[in-house]
Amino acid sequence: MADDQFDVIVVGAGPSGLTVALRLAQAGLQVAVLERGAFAGSKNVMGGIFYRHPLETVLPDFWKTAPVERAIVEQRYWMLGQQGHVGAGVRSQRFGGDHPNCWSVFRARFDRWLAEQVEAAGAMLLTEATVESLLVENGRVVGVHTGLEDGDLKANVVVIAEGVNSLLLRDLGIHPELKPNQVATVVKEVISLPAEKIEDRFNVEAGQGVSIELLGTLTRGAVGIGFLYSNRDSISLGVGVLTSDLARLKLDPHDLIENLKNHPSIRPLLAGGKTEEYLAHLIPEGGYRAIPKVHGNGWVAVGDSVMLVDSVHREGSNLAVKSGILAAEAIIQAKSKNDFSEAGLASYRERLNASFVMKDLRKYKNFSHYLESHPHFFSVYPDLINDAGTAFFSVDGKSKRQMQMELFNMFKKRRGLVGLFMDALQGGMSAL
Amino acid sequence: MKLEDKLFLVTFQADTESHLSVKNQELCRKCQDKPCINACPADCWEHEHEKNEVLVSFEGCLECGTCRIICPYDNINWRYPRGGFGVKYKFG
Repeated sequence: MADDQFDVIVVGAGPSGLTVALRLAQAGLQVAVLERGAFAGSKNVMGGIFYRHPLETVLPDFWKTAPVERAIVEQRYWMLGQQGHVGAGVRSQRFGGDHPNCWSVFRARFDRWLAEQVEAAGAMLLTEATVESLLVENGRVVGVHTGLEDGDLKANVVVIAEGVNSLLLRDLGIHPELKPNQVATVVKEVISLPAEKIEDRFNVEAGQGVSIELLGTLTRGAVGIGFLYSNRDSISLGVGVLTSDLARLKLDPHDLIENLKNHPSIRPLLAGGKTEEYLAHLIPEGGYRAIPKVHGNGWVAVGDSVMLVDSVHREGSNLAVKSGILAAEAIIQAKSKNDFSEAGLASYRERLNASFVMKDLRKYKNFSHYLESHPHFFSVYPDLINDAGTAFFSVDGKSKRQMQMELFNMFKKRRGLVGLFMDALQGGMSAL
Repeated sequence: MKLEDKLFLVTFQADTESHLSVKNQELCRKCQDKPCINACPADCWEHEHEKNEVLVSFEGCLECGTCRIICPYDNINWRYPRGGFGVKYKFG
């Protein structure tokens, strides 16, 4: 081990990789982070909501200097129909204040800043360094092969934080190629708008923002979601559908976002805005059952690279950060025993199992599969619920009793009583 | 807004060599739906009818990975671009 150049090499400067590096550097280990982009964050995409927890446990008060956009004080859920939407939401001053619950962020800015903190803690960041393969000797990962000159780097542990396209784990034989029903293809636009307009349209004060999660007709029957997040002086708008449904329904993701921008509930929020950037990314949707091995001889894997995404609560970066913290703790323990074998790194998996990461993913292990096998949640219900809502509030001379009977018949005809009952029962069971 | 106008807003550092390629054109000829073409958010893939081949323009690739995963024949070589090349997001 004496000729190893680093204690740890981290592949990928996203939330999970940077957190591992931060925690290890804080503990005095020799760490190198390899990032294929021109700067940390330049390849990274998310919706983007970033939670205070758990990053604050390793970087207290980070939000006071980090480039966050707006503290999200109101979270709305909208079921879009063709003509409008049915919505619900929660707003509270408790989401704001000195310790906001979450913020809208831009990965390219936030990760770049986080990488600076990691460097300040003593880790080395190498950009424009694509890791092409892992170096394996006697069944143990001993380093990485990069495209750089003299590009082989060795370490006791390699942390795989490549993100959703985890080619290194695939090539190591840890998981087969991802299947189209295990990922969602998401497209997003960043649309600039003056800060005052955002504050007026969303009824918020300076520094505060709103998130809107969108379900319904925007995905044209595909299993998927949309989102609209208010940033400081822009809006992030996106739509994502299960990649297998892109094929099944022959959908073009670019059409989906263009249609969403013209939806009657969305268009006024964007009016006068100008698109600044167009982005695409995959989100891991395989859930608990699709999580491969997360550690082995000389390696651990964190974040999206091992499917640590809770699609029910649309959480990902917080699971990535937590997995990074836990991987770092396991590596620190392994170093104290100088045992970087699979057994020596096994406390990573134990720590993950004991944390909210695996507890939440296990809890929803059936849910994403449930939605996939019940496409009417995305094809029948959106218009049904919107039509029912419209009928409920329409005043046209009918008696309330007659209106209620018509609503009952509407549900009976379009979904069936047995279908309704089974949806409620099975959906409830899979979410419990 | 047209896709080409949107892609014009995105910063790319294009390599001279493609990080994407078809493994075997014969499999593409057998492929009825060619889902890579429709599903790519940046319209990088096209069907060239004369030679009956599937072609890729890697320069505008947003590096999402959809094509590799949606291909029913596992027929796409998909690598990350060389260090520093490819898409460079301002916002992310």
